[in-house]
Amino acid sequence: MTTTTTTPSPVSRVRNAARANWLFIALGAVAAVSLVRILTDTNDLTSVGTIRAAIIATCPILMAGLGGLWAERAGVVNIGLEGQMVLGTWGAAFFTYHSGSPWVGILGAALLGMIGGLLHAIATVTFGVDHIVSGVAINLIGVGATTYLAEATFTDLEGGGPRQLIGLPTPTTIDRIPGISGPAADLADKHWFFISDVASFVAALTTKISLLSLVIFALVVASGWILWKTSFGLRLRSCGENPQAAETLGVNVYLYKYVAVLISGAMAGIGGGFLALVASSGFSTNQTNGRGYIGLAAMIFGNWRPGGLLAGALTFGYTDSLRLRDTHAVHSLLLLVAVALIAITVLRIVRKQIAGAVAMAVPGAALLVWFLSTDSVPRDFTSMTPYVTTLFVLALGTQRLRMPAADGRPYRKGSAG
Amino acid sequence: MKSFNPRAIGLALLGPAIAIVASVLVTTLVIAAVGSSPGDFWSTMFDFPKPRSRVDIVNQTAMIYTAAVAAAIGFRMGLFNIGLEGQYTLASYAAAAFAGGAYLSGFANVFVSLLIAVAVGAAWSAIAGILKTTRGVSEVISTIMLNSIAITLVGYLLNKYGVHEGNTVHTTRIDLVSGWTPFENRDGEIWTLVIIAVLAGVGFWVLLNKTRFGFDLRASGQSETVAKASGVNPHRMIITAMALSGGVAGLIWMPALFGKATNFGLGTTFQAGLGFLGIAVALLGRNRPIGMLFGALLFAYLSVKSNDLTFATDVSPSIVQITQGVAVLAVVVAYEVVRRWRARLEQRVVAQELGTATEATA
Repeated sequence: MTTTTTTPSPVSRVRNAARANWLFIALGAVAAVSLVRILTDTNDLTSVGTIRAAIIATCPILMAGLGGLWAERAGVVNIGLEGQMVLGTWGAAFFTYHSGSPWVGILGAALLGMIGGLLHAIATVTFGVDHIVSGVAINLIGVGATTYLAEATFTDLEGGGPRQLIGLPTPTTIDRIPGISGPAADLADKHWFFISDVASFVAALTTKISLLSLVIFALVVASGWILWKTSFGLRLRSCGENPQAAETLGVNVYLYKYVAVLISGAMAGIGGGFLALVASSGFSTNQTNGRGYIGLAAMIFGNWRPGGLLAGALTFGYTDSLRLRDTHAVHSLLLLVAVALIAITVLRIVRKQIAGAVAMAVPGAALLVWFLSTDSVPRDFTSMTPYVTTLFVLALGTQRLRMPAADGRPYRKGSAG
Repeated sequence: MKSFNPRAIGLALLGPAIAIVASVLVTTLVIAAVGSSPGDFWSTMFDFPKPRSRVDIVNQTAMIYTAAVAAAIGFRMGLFNIGLEGQYTLASYAAAAFAGGAYLSGFANVFVSLLIAVAVGAAWSAIAGILKTTRGVSEVISTIMLNSIAITLVGYLLNKYGVHEGNTVHTTRIDLVSGWTPFENRDGEIWTLVIIAVLAGVGFWVLLNKTRFGFDLRASGQSETVAKASGVNPHRMIITAMALSGGVAGLIWMPALFGKATNFGLGTTFQAGLGFLGIAVALLGRNRPIGMLFGALLFAYLSVKSNDLTFATDVSPSIVQITQGVAVLAVVVAYEVVRRWRARLEQRVVAQELGTATEATA
């Protein structure tokens, strides 16, 4: 008898529930932003321009985070993302200049990032060096190599200098999608509650958006699919959870770890390439400015999962873009965070988690007081947001975060016995 | 007493030797790859430094060494204090701001400023320690976050309370502490507060080898369970070690502040990056006081001597950053290789002895 085919299995029911949860959280976040926008009369908070800037700020963080995800899912902690990313900025500029095609440049960025990944893989997988130690060394090498290579290869070029290379061709920009861009922008200008905010998002995604941004979003989906829906992904993740068990089942753990770390480096490299080719007018030395670390933070924030990583990267990218805009918008962000914290407080009181409620209520109230007593926030505080948020999430949610079980542990072939 | 064993010493030196060969090789290859002359590069680098460079090397060695000691305190008990950079930036700002306020005069001002540097560095890194013990947050991630927060915070404070001059902003100028001039006046002076590095090194050695705390620290680093069983409170140990590491980190830039800089300005007078160099040197020197001294001297030599490259060759001084990075990566790999090799050697010796023993009894 096969009557169960029509009713969903418990597993898929849980998964659907989780998916619905994510949808509700996303809708709730948009509604909260919208409410704050109307209350404080700062339409810039979700204007098409702000969202566009947010997408541009999100992409490099997303790629760094994705790099972290690939490596850590195979059990290798990759603190060297920053170095691999900075290598990618040089690779993108160098290959774009000499080939004339930004897409070749992006491949070059991936290649340079991969070289950084290869160094990390050799040190950590083959030689069993501590992952953090190797990552620190790779960051030193990455920054040093980029500075040196830029001085050696860009100084005499047109548009170049010892520390920069500008005037590079950029990846194709999609100007507008007929039938969607126009109406969405009109709707966004109406400043209605919720509808205009969503329209603004749609407009930003369909107007004057770099094709590379869309590729990057596609890479997130592809990574999620490969890692969770294919047998290759299952084997790769098994190396991060229990490499000894994977080995006894015939998985070539070293090979999978190498592949994962190489992909990780390539992802970080592409993130660097995006910085040089799309996010700014060209290459400049030390352009990453800690984004590799923010990507790592976004991945942890997202609990080592692609969906959460996307949420983390969007949050950090959004605050990063607001920093560059109206200070008034940043000020209303205070209210937003205060409202969010108070909402969590109420939720925790309902669930009778009193200690957790207090932990949320105190910063929430403090932010509310700050909002009511000032009219602007120094820009510096906005740029701290990703870091402070990550510390908060880690401090309050470490018990709920679950990293791959064998993440960062040394593993030697044959240790399964 | 350990007996003198030439093979053990040879094995101990093998790691650094491999690392030096590797970094020389990579550097040469990179220089050749971009079409410059490796020969010019090495002959410039190996030129005996001029008096001015010699003075600079001593000063830089002192600061890098202090940073390395700060990193090593954490490493010896298995804590990764990646946050030296943020700790010494914040501490340097606090000390420079206090000293600039001139609430005290003469040596009292200097002394209290140093205390403030220690206190601020310790407090900032204790945050990571407390997060680790109370909430289980990995100190690697939290110190990375605290680095960025500290640097932004200093930028904000400097902007708000600093002295604005044209496009730059810095803390109020202070009186320098005159140092020792070993050569001509124009060659500069060795800063008085270089003594901090000496004290840090000696203090580190005494702490590790002659005190209960140092024993507990090393025990915790070797095995947390053993340390716990022998009565060490791991939570208190983590917070103390982090605070101590951050406190020493607070002192990193102090010699330069009172020796030459006169004020703290981000991107101008303040020398950033010493924290990461310190971590690198601690790894290079295996967290041993003497090993780190050689490492710090090597790094300082490379950094200072690379300035000559601008005049003598077409190789950019930033090449030494590659040399330094490769040296660190190579040394950690080499130590691992040597460790495995030694383990195999020992196994073979044991197997041989067991083999002869069983033959004898048979």
